[in-house]
Amino acid sequence: MITLLYFARYREALGQEKEQLELDSPCSLQDLLNTLRDRGEPWASTLNDSKLLMAINQTIAPPNQLINDGDEVALFPPVTGG
Amino acid sequence: MTGRLQLSVQAQDFDIEEEYRYLRNNNSESGAVVTFLGQVRDFNLGEDVSELELEHYPGMTESVLQKLLEEADKRWVINRAKIIHRVGALGASDKIVWVAVASAHRGDAFKACEFLIDALKTQAPFWKKERSSQGERWLDARDSDQDKARQWMANDDS
Repeated sequence: MITLLYFARYREALGQEKEQLELDSPCSLQDLLNTLRDRGEPWASTLNDSKLLMAINQTIAPPNQLINDGDEVALFPPVTGG
Repeated sequence: MTGRLQLSVQAQDFDIEEEYRYLRNNNSESGAVVTFLGQVRDFNLGEDVSELELEHYPGMTESVLQKLLEEADKRWVINRAKIIHRVGALGASDKIVWVAVASAHRGDAFKACEFLIDALKTQAPFWKKERSSQGERWLDARDSDQDKARQWMANDDS
C-alpha cells in the first residue's frame, strides 16, 4: 500500500489530494503514472503533462525509480514559489 | 529555531528589522550581509489581481530548503543564512520570501543569496494561484527561472 498525493492544479483537476493504492510489485513511477492515466478522464488529460514532477518520500525521483510498499508518492506540476 | 542555517515556512508575516538583528547581532566576524525580499506584485496589469494563494508540500518543502542551505554552506563561506517563505493567502505588496546571508566577504554573501533564491524557485514545492475579478488561475513556471537554476548547476566553481 502506498500513499499518493496530488498538489496544486492536479489536486483541483482530480478533485482529491490523497489516495491509498495497492501496487503490483515491482512498480516504477512510470508504471504508476501509466496505471493512473489508464483510468480515463480526468486522469488521462490531467497527468498527460510533459512537465509533471514526481517525488518518492519527499525527494524528486526519475520515472524509472521503483516504488516500495509504504512509500509516499507525490505528483505535482513545476513549482512556482519565491 | 537556533543555529547558523535557519528556515521557516509560515502563514504569518515577518519583521525585517528582527531578521536583520538575527544576521547582525553578536556577529562581528561577518563583513557582509546580503538579503533578498520577494513580494507580491500586481502582475496582470488591468486585471486587478486581488489575491495570491500559496500552496506547498509540507515536509518536503522544509527538507528541500534545508538541503539548499547546506549546499550553499558548502559552496561559499557563510556565517549565517536564513530562508523564510510564506504560504496561504497573500495580497498585493505582501512579503512572500526572504533570503538572507551573512558572510565575511560580500562576494560569498551575494553569490550564496542569489543561488538560494534561484534554486528555491525551481526546486522547493510551492505553487502560486492568483485570484482576480476574472477568476482563478495557477501560475505557470517560467523558463527563465529554469535557465538561472541550471547555470548554478553548471558553475561549480561558484
